[in-house]
Amino acid sequence: MTSEMREITYRQALNEALAEELERDPNVFLMGEEVAEYNGAYKVSQGLLERFGPKRIIDTPISENGFAGLGVGAAMVGLRPIIEFMTFSFSFVAFDQVVNNAPNMFTMSGGQFNIPITFRGPNGPAHQLGATHSHATECLYANVPGLKVCAPATPRDAKGLLKTAVRDNNPVLVLESELLYSSKGMIEPAEIELLIPLGQAEIKREGSDVTVICYAQTVPLALTVAQQLEEEEISVEVLDLRSIKPLDERAIYSSVAKTHRVVIVEQDRPFCGVGAEVCYRIQKNIFDQLDAPIARVSQEDVPMPYNERLEHAVLPNAEKLIAAVKKVCYA
Amino acid sequence: MPPAEQRDEVEMLWLMLLIRRFEERASQQYQAQKIGGFCHLYIGQEAVVTGAIAAIRDDDYLITAYRDHAHALARGTTANACMAELFGKETGCARGLGGSMHFFDKAHHMYGGHAIVGAHVPLACGLAFACTYRNEDRLTLCFFGDGAINQGAFHEALNLAALYKLPIIFICENNLFAMGTSVERSTSLKEIVDRAEGYDIPAAVVDGMNFREVRDKIAETVASIRKDQHSAFIEARTYRYRGHSMSDPASYRTKEQLEKYRLDDPITRLRAQLTREGKLTNEKFDELDKRAKETALASVKFAEESPEPLLEKLYNYTYAP
Repeated sequence: MTSEMREITYRQALNEALAEELERDPNVFLMGEEVAEYNGAYKVSQGLLERFGPKRIIDTPISENGFAGLGVGAAMVGLRPIIEFMTFSFSFVAFDQVVNNAPNMFTMSGGQFNIPITFRGPNGPAHQLGATHSHATECLYANVPGLKVCAPATPRDAKGLLKTAVRDNNPVLVLESELLYSSKGMIEPAEIELLIPLGQAEIKREGSDVTVICYAQTVPLALTVAQQLEEEEISVEVLDLRSIKPLDERAIYSSVAKTHRVVIVEQDRPFCGVGAEVCYRIQKNIFDQLDAPIARVSQEDVPMPYNERLEHAVLPNAEKLIAAVKKVCYA
Repeated sequence: MPPAEQRDEVEMLWLMLLIRRFEERASQQYQAQKIGGFCHLYIGQEAVVTGAIAAIRDDDYLITAYRDHAHALARGTTANACMAELFGKETGCARGLGGSMHFFDKAHHMYGGHAIVGAHVPLACGLAFACTYRNEDRLTLCFFGDGAINQGAFHEALNLAALYKLPIIFICENNLFAMGTSVERSTSLKEIVDRAEGYDIPAAVVDGMNFREVRDKIAETVASIRKDQHSAFIEARTYRYRGHSMSDPASYRTKEQLEKYRLDDPITRLRAQLTREGKLTNEKFDELDKRAKETALASVKFAEESPEPLLEKLYNYTYAP
């Protein structure tokens, strides 16, 4: 980090990443619904049509399967498509392209065709969007060999991971977060090339009593809770996974080896969720380091209700996280 | 294989013979349990891909569905690499990792071999999009069966292709059956070709059992696309002599229907045309057929003697470096 750090929004950070990669490599193009003339449903692609023109910033009809597949085909012959899903809840309409065509091609062709494609867009529950628009898809996509999955929580991570994703020679899903688009954070000056490798977690706050493992929307939640618990003399280490797959197991184990207590707070659902995998790996590899059973905080296992009070009850929240931390600390 | 402009009809007849003899061997080897999984034979449909290949350049792109052995052979993938792939061997055209339904050959612009019905049609849009993006005058041939035309991916892709004026020829190989379901039981339209009209894509029907008709129609379409970029749709009416796959006895159709098409065999037909015109003797035909049989037989030997993919390399093809 340098002394000339500046503050920008998560949305601006993504916009910078897109602009820089489009500028750097003529093979990169951005395609999706409303990305060009409308400047993006969430304004992430603001100004890009004006700067790069309609050949590289391309509006599509509402045909996720069609344009996701177009991206995969273009990637087969060396272009580097960035495919925006207006939300990852809509990626299910293109599920076959994302889980069958993109990640299988390299294997099925005996290594002849790699697919350097980025699928990006907001993922996870936002606010009162109901069951169809609130899916957290990370656990589904991380299950598929051949895909890489990251879920940045801060503007800096969003920019650095998106740029890395575009340069990766494999399909990478950059799971953004609608609720974070307007959040602000410190980042290097624009002229400094910011690349954050996939598979590298980051300690967002150091602590000694308990490790809270989080990513995306649950990072700000974990940081708030850590602050709150400091007053109760519980020192929380906040470990942001940043990438779901590849998973930074080393960072996880080294934090757990320090605190000996773990809470995983995830934005997806409990059954086969990201936390289930992380939990399994911790107990399998460093069981002796644990002083308490691992706790998980996730969504409740129900389709997302529209009602605000019920939605709050379904989501991971501060009360649940505090309770889980206290439980593993026997506090 | 010679470049397109030199592909004479005798050479194309040889290609049809090679496809047929190769698949007859594949069928035999499947029954001998040397080939696993699913295996869909193209026998009867040879004039479609051969006619198409005779009308395009070597650097044009080709993508197809799972009945793909013929398309790879037509593109120039060797019979050895094709048979080795069926045997799951390291020397196969996909290193034994793809199998019958997933043939790929980058060097010959063969972009698969795709086994989810209709799912590769959007990929064809991507191949063609890349050509447009790079200002290349290549075009993309996208083959699929009559079963694909009721998939959402097919419709989305046709709309995108027409909207972006992508240089693609969509070739529907209508062999009358999507697995065991006949076209009239699956498709609301009487004529498959009318699907294209809904997307403002120019379309035509060809007799898919007639090499010359397929080649000439596709050549005409190719010329039109290279002059003024657009998409086109061709319904090739054809027939597969075998079942949907090796495990299908095809009891849903009549012997009379099969016989009718057998009498209209694309190889016999081109042979007769060439013989009538004095371009082919019986001796020459026998020589071509012998060479096709020998090539097919040699491919079995090659596949048998080829090594299995190494277990130690299991994880090498999941992520590209």
